[in-house]
Formats: sequence, C-alpha cells, structure tokens
Amino acid sequence: MSVVTGYNFAYLDEQTKRMIRRALLKAVAVPGYQVPFGSREMPLPYGWGTGGIQVTASVIGPDDVLKVIDQGADDTTNAVSIRRFFARVAGVATTERTPEATLIQTRHRIPETPLRAGQILVYQVPIPEPLRWVEPRETETRKMHALIEYGVMHVKLYEDITRHGRIATSYDYPVLVNDRYVMAPSPIPKFDNPKMHRMPALQLFGAGREKRLYAVPPYTKVESLDFEDHPFEVQRWDDVCALCGAADSYLDEVIVDDRGGRMYVCSDSDYCRERREAGHLGPGGPAGLEAAE
Amino acid sequence: MYVAVKGGEKAIENAHRLLAEDRRGDPSVPEVTLDQISEQLSLAVDRVMTEGALYDRGLAALAVKQARGDLIEAIFLLRAYRTTLPRLAVTEPVDTAAMHIHRRISATFKDLPGGQVLGPTFDYTHRLLDFDLADPGNAPPGAPSAEPRGDPVPHVTGVLGHGGLIEREAADDPDAAVPDLTREPLAFPADRPARLQNLARGDEGFLLALGYSTQRGFGSTHPFIGEIRMGEVAVEIVPEDLGFAVEVGDLLLTECETVNQSKGPRTEAPKFTRGYGLAFGYAERKAMAMALVDRALRCRDLGEEPKAPAQDEEFVLSHADNVEASGFVQHIKLPHYVDFQGELDLIRRLRAERDAEVAQ
Repeated sequence: MSVVTGYNFAYLDEQTKRMIRRALLKAVAVPGYQVPFGSREMPLPYGWGTGGIQVTASVIGPDDVLKVIDQGADDTTNAVSIRRFFARVAGVATTERTPEATLIQTRHRIPETPLRAGQILVYQVPIPEPLRWVEPRETETRKMHALIEYGVMHVKLYEDITRHGRIATSYDYPVLVNDRYVMAPSPIPKFDNPKMHRMPALQLFGAGREKRLYAVPPYTKVESLDFEDHPFEVQRWDDVCALCGAADSYLDEVIVDDRGGRMYVCSDSDYCRERREAGHLGPGGPAGLEAAE
Repeated sequence: MYVAVKGGEKAIENAHRLLAEDRRGDPSVPEVTLDQISEQLSLAVDRVMTEGALYDRGLAALAVKQARGDLIEAIFLLRAYRTTLPRLAVTEPVDTAAMHIHRRISATFKDLPGGQVLGPTFDYTHRLLDFDLADPGNAPPGAPSAEPRGDPVPHVTGVLGHGGLIEREAADDPDAAVPDLTREPLAFPADRPARLQNLARGDEGFLLALGYSTQRGFGSTHPFIGEIRMGEVAVEIVPEDLGFAVEVGDLLLTECETVNQSKGPRTEAPKFTRGYGLAFGYAERKAMAMALVDRALRCRDLGEEPKAPAQDEEFVLSHADNVEASGFVQHIKLPHYVDFQGELDLIRRLRAERDAEVAQ
C-alpha cells in the first residue's frame, strides 16, 4: 500500500506523540489510574478507536509489526480500516499472526494465543471510568478513586446476585489493578479478564473522546471483583468451534438459518486459522469452513 | 453468511466509491462549486466554521460539499483538518466595540448610541415559499446602500455599567493564558473561559434546546437581549520581533450579550448579570442560545443553587460537542457481537436457572 505524503510518521506530530508518551509513562507508573491527556481530533470518528489509534501512533516505530483486531478478528471492517490507516501513514509492516506482532491494537478482545514479554497490547476504550454506571459525575468518581471508595461496586454486584442469583455483568467486567485502582478492562468479555493478570506484555488503554489513558505494566496483578461465595467465573460453551474444534476459545454464535439453527466459531480468527493449519478440524468440517469464507 | 459482517478492504473501497458517486448525484446536473456554496449557502458555511472552530470559508465550503450538506459531518471534516495545523500565534482579544456593523439591535433600549441597525435578517419576513427563487436568473432588486454610520457603537452592557447597574466583568487574571480545549482536556469545575470555549464549539441544536429549557422554567435566568451585533472585526497579533500589534485579517462575527434580571446576594446592591455568546459569521440563533446557557452555567458564581439541566456544568459541557456525540452515538453500529454473545450467554443461563426453579 502506498504511504501518504504530507503527514508526519504515524500521522501525529512529534510534540503530540511526546505529550502522549509522557502521559503513558505516568499511566505505567500508576497502574490502573486514568491519566487525563490532550486527546487530539483524529480523522476517524470518536467511538471508532481514536484513543487506541493515538496510543499506537505514539509508541509505534518503523520496525514494528502491527496487528489490528476488532471482535477478535483481523478482517472486521473497522480493524481493516485502522490497519490500513497505519499502513498508509506509517508504512509499517502488518500481520494477522499474533506471535509475529510487536504491537496489537484491539477492540473488545484479548487474543487467545498468550502474549509474550516485549509485545504491547493497545485497547480501544469507550468509557474508561468503571464507576460511571454508579456515578455519572467525573468530579465524584475522581474523589472515589482517590479515597478508594469502591464499596458501591460490590454493592452493584451484590444487587445482581440478589436479583438474578448471579453476577449479571458479561463484558467490561471491573477489575482491581495492583491492589489499588478499580479499572475498566474495556468491553472485552469477562472470558478475557484472567488473561490480563500478570500478562508478560505491556497493556495500554486509550480513550480518545473521554481524553484518558491508563496502563497495566507487565506482570501486574489484575483481579476481577467478586465475592468469596460468588467467585468470578467466565463464559463456558457446551459447543466447540465448528471450524477448528477448539473448546478453550471464546466463541461467536453464527445464525445459519431462520429456524433457530446456529453454529459456533472462534471469535479469534487468527487462533482458529492456526489450529486448522495444525490439522485440527471441528464438527462443522470443511462445509462449515466454506460457509465461513 | 459470515461475510456480511466480515467485510474486507474491497468492501470498504467499493463503499467509498459508491459514496462518491452518490455525492455527485445525477451527472447531467451541473456540479456545485465552492464559490456557490460559500456565497449562496453562507449560513451553512458559517455554522461549519463556528462549530468546526476554524475561520476559513473556502475550507468550510469544501467540507459542506464533501459531506453532501450534512453539516455535522462537515464540522467533523473541518475539525480533523484543523487539528493538524500549527499554532503560529495567539491574537490580541478582538475589539467588538470597534466592529464594522452590519446589524445591531437592542431589545432593552428603544434608541441608543450607535442606533438600531436591522441588517440582513430573516426577522419580519413572512415565511412563504418564494416560488420565484425556484428558477435561477431572477436577480433580486438591488438593496439600498448606505454609508456606515461611523459613530462609535458602545456595548449596551457598557452603558449600563457606568451606573453600576450591571455586574462588572473582568478576567480573574488578565495576563493568564486562555485555555485551549483542543490541547488540554476539560477539567471540572471549569472556569468561564473554558466554558465559553466549549459552548462556542458546541452543537447549535443542543444549546438551543438547553437555552429554551431555561426560558420554560428549568433554571430560569430572565434574560433580556442587551444587544446582538454582527459585523467585521480586525484580528491583530503582536509579533515577538516587532513588539506592537499588526492587523492580520478580519473576521465576521455575531455577538450576543444578555442582561439578566438578578437580585443577587443580600450583601450586595441589586444589579443585572450577564450572559455572553459569540459565533463566527452570521449565526444569531447560536450566539443567543450560547448566551442563555452561559448565564445558566454561571449559577454557582452568582450564588444560585443549580437545579436544572442547563445549570449542570458537567452535563452541559460533557455533551455539547456534536463531533464527540455523533461519533459515540453512531459507534454502536460497529460490530459488538463479542459483547452481545456474552449477554446472550447470560440471558440463556438466567432463563435456564429460572426454568429449573419453576420446575421444582
């Protein structure tokens, strides 16, 4: 793809990148703390990943290999669009293979393949404030974080249990980082929460519209909020991936007819392909594969 | 079937080509030019410049054309361009008292220094569709021309200020740098310069509705239009190596100052208070709505208890920007099937548990 001229490497000017890197350093130094930053207006709409894009633009170098996923897949339209943006303004190599990437920008998923030290995972964040659903005011939530006033979060989970018999939060499930800050993991399914705990890769979070950055440094403790008698649990499926037979990955439901027929496939398209290349085959078999491609 | 949501690069490219074709419309109809937009849809251009926070008629006209007349999309285009521009200098405050007046009206005084100048207003037109406009070529009869009056046009609020009837308005620290919301995030509580900047960039429709709400009792501020003025002002900068101000251009501005009834705290003599609105170009509705909301947001400074939405600083300032709002509202059309899968799983599980309970 041709690299556009007339723009600085990775679109943002160097002063802006420096401002963002400084905010990121602060974020890494205080894991889980939301650092306000002078978020710029980007040529993509707010809500489409402007925070993640600014973070990626600030840390990417010419030698980086970039992977962009949305809903776990490399070929969803917005992932394609963002990958294309960086290929155009930074001319960097891109990949769909998780182990080959040095930098992975994601929306709503953490890859199934465990990340290693040296990799950076950049999350796109719509609402960075985990307390927002119990307190809409920024002036209040900042105080609550400062005073570690997190009781309301447990009250909210407790109310779920009294009403539904279980915790009724399935994504953007709040976590406690480094025993200090309650943090929004972004709208990843709670299935992915355990992957954040002591992850060897650096995790950076960018919320462009809300003008906040935060981070989880490598090997940091990340606990999902829960109760002793209602421990945190993740989604499970009775099915396996129709294409690769995986029983350990997050599955997307695909409607196959108008009579309630459905099949399940890996949300992480790279993980699924890797397994198929290694010879694994799901119950959907080659027919399922054809349908998917 | 999976292909529908997993579009690729090809699908995006094709979509953009379709968009370009639809934008052009029927090719047998002549293409609209930027001059035509700038001259004949000038109020659209003014709105895009105001909320796009960039005074450039040509670029704003281009944005309107590229956005197919969708003004919020045009504002977004202009903002995304603006953010790439270097900051060369900070201008001196513009002097609206020295404005070259096209229109100036006051609703508080029948006559006043500088006079009432109606100017090119929709007010008092009868909103009857003018079928003569349907056919091009019907040139309007020439408008009467007059020499500008030339006498000074002092602000009404200044006139009131002489008698101490209206609050004095002074910056807390006149030498303090003006905040730039495009460089630093908005923090709460916000000071008035930051609030005004936010409102100036804010969505006209949102401010209009909020201003309207204050008139219907949700945070009543009892406004009178002290004056509205529209015209050109000079823009000056003081280059470091010169040390004195030089004029670098002029801006067409609309300014609105309200005079608000207010008894004030018991410890002070009763006096009027103010609201302020300013917009690029001829944007009277925006400037007036902004002034009403500015005054409503000053409730705390003036010892009033905030009760209504328009007085709630976090509510108003966090939601006034239509580029932010448009992006976030529309982002929910992006795929969310991972999250939705989580919710499906949850609902099925809850239903299964309930069914099991009922069966017992």
